[in-house]
Amino acid sequence: MRRKGSALSGMSTIAWKEAADHFSSARFHFVMLLVLLTAFGSVYGAIGEIKNTIGQDPFLFLRLLTTAKQPVPSFVAFLGFLLPLVSIALAFDSINGEYSRRTMSRILAQPIYRDALLFGKFLGGMIVLALCLLTLWLLMTGLGILTLGLPPSGPEIARGLAFLVACLAYAGVWLALALLFSTIFRQAATSALAALALWLIFAIFWGMIVHALTVALAPIDPTNPMTLVSAVEMQSALARISPNTLFSETAQALLSPQTRALGLVFMEQMEGAIPGAPLPFSQSALLIWPQLSGMVAAMLLIFTGAYVTFQRQEVRA
Amino acid sequence: MSAPVVEAKGLTKRYGPTIAVNGLDLQIEAGEVFGLLGPNGSGKTTTILMLLGLTEPSSGTVRVFGHDPLRDPLSVKREVGYMPDAVGFYDQLTARENLRYIAKLSGIAENEREARIEQALQRVRLAKVADRRVKTFSRGMRQRLGLAELVAKGSRLAILDEPTSGLDPQSTQELLHLISSFAKEGMTVILSSHLLSMVQSVCDRVALFREGKAGLVGTVPDIAGTVLGGICIIDLEAEGVDPEKVVAAIKGIRRVTRRKNGSVQIDADGDLRSEISRAIVAAGGSLKSLSMSQSSLDDVYVRYFETDQNREMVNAA
Ligand SMILES: Nc1ncnc2c1ncn2[C@@H]1O[C@H](COP(=O)(O)OP(=O)(O)OP(=O)(O)O)[C@@H](O)[C@H]1O
Ligand SMILES: [Mg+2]
Repeated sequence: MRRKGSALSGMSTIAWKEAADHFSSARFHFVMLLVLLTAFGSVYGAIGEIKNTIGQDPFLFLRLLTTAKQPVPSFVAFLGFLLPLVSIALAFDSINGEYSRRTMSRILAQPIYRDALLFGKFLGGMIVLALCLLTLWLLMTGLGILTLGLPPSGPEIARGLAFLVACLAYAGVWLALALLFSTIFRQAATSALAALALWLIFAIFWGMIVHALTVALAPIDPTNPMTLVSAVEMQSALARISPNTLFSETAQALLSPQTRALGLVFMEQMEGAIPGAPLPFSQSALLIWPQLSGMVAAMLLIFTGAYVTFQRQEVRA
Repeated sequence: MSAPVVEAKGLTKRYGPTIAVNGLDLQIEAGEVFGLLGPNGSGKTTTILMLLGLTEPSSGTVRVFGHDPLRDPLSVKREVGYMPDAVGFYDQLTARENLRYIAKLSGIAENEREARIEQALQRVRLAKVADRRVKTFSRGMRQRLGLAELVAKGSRLAILDEPTSGLDPQSTQELLHLISSFAKEGMTVILSSHLLSMVQSVCDRVALFREGKAGLVGTVPDIAGTVLGGICIIDLEAEGVDPEKVVAAIKGIRRVTRRKNGSVQIDADGDLRSEISRAIVAAGGSLKSLSMSQSSLDDVYVRYFETDQNREMVNAA
């Protein structure tokens, strides 16, 4: 059946209202505070470490983000852990919250399609995430200039911006996921718990699960080296189901320019390569292309799931 | 006469085995105040949701201002204002901000938006508290804010689901007053309610819902005539004779029922009080009281659904 009128009229109104709501909500202030504190903590640790160990490094700025000072993890590791939490905090009650406030039918009685509501909610969350990540990035850059005493180089800025995009895609996956749960579950507490459970699984337990699965699915025969190869390949394929893996691989390739490959590398592939020499940015970008498009694809897929669920829901509140 | 505002033919909604609305035919003309009346679960809300396109009918057709709410929902929703039962707002926003959001969504031009909102708030006497958060509003104020939304939107058809549920008698009167003043200005109003007396005071026509069917549709006196079997209800108290026997002989008496307090209720085609008193006196009795009441919708309602229950009891026995 053809519908008349634009599916997106009203979308920007909803997106900006959502963004404004987020920026003024205590919940959001809380998680952002958490992110800022950990960011400063990890970068502060990194500064000390860098000053101790390295004198000359063309990518000093990037080291700021990737260096860990025991026991504090690096900034990138923190971001991989906390960004999903920010996304979940933004979206876990976006659809079911409208039902429980009994505003849903009033909104949908306005001349807009449901598409506009869902897109607007997602877009509002993305606006907030983008602004926050940009702020964080600028803060870190400023901190770097202050403490290291020199501005970032062109390639460093390019890599930093690409990393920003990757962060946004990664956070988008979790935003879509939280949105999906908020359409499936009528109780905000249930959808929050479901999203947090998934977050814990991917952030903490996924490595163990992957290990167990690999042992079961691709056992290693000590007499046959090919089984080792297939086991490693199986392991990385399984690990890449987790958006967290995709994100950390992307971050690694972008922020550690000497990274030549993600996953298994054979000696013959390394022939002629100078170990430790940095890759140009374009080569690194090529390297992370599958990871980045994987994240974007996951985001779209999950969002489509939310869309289908929402379109078929009866609005009685 | 112009085309009807609402036209439903054979409208049916099934939820699995239960039939919420069963072959409903309805025609509502411009400028009418139309009441949907029926016990809980009789399908009033479901009917309203189908008029708005928020729920898809299982079969049958609806036209609102000549548009199909499913195929062309935006045209319908531009003209129609909806106030759900237990209407909800964004509690952290002020009354004005709530209206502004809805006004933006409904596509009111920016240059007239604020003026219309202010006017609507004054109309429902909320102008003084317009910049207070809705969190602090009482039930009655929320209902009035719901009406303000319809005014600001400039709806030509207002659909109100249980607008007075949970209101005290004074607030109810006030709300009804507002609703009938809207109607005087040419707004078509559909309202569902349990408060029969109130429906009677504002509605031009009502539809009595019973198990998903509009069993009776018409003006209050018409329906009363059909259901009660007489438009006049006469209360009689007499001594010395058996009033039931005496009265039964008079022409034009439909039904005589003895009440608990000893008086007798007579359903008559017209005002037969003089005939009744003459008959009582002629039979040697003395008349203690004789009065006539215009049938109210309450009587209609009780009778209509009472016979229903009686039949059920008979069936069950
Ligand atoms: N989602 C649903 N699934 C199954 N049955 C439903 C659903 N929604 C409503 N019903 C049934 O449809 C019937 C009509 O419900 P509806 O809400 O239209 O009644 P109503 O007249 O508005 O009642 P009330 O006066 O209590 O608001 C009821 O029997 C109800 O149980
Ligand atoms: Mg109802």
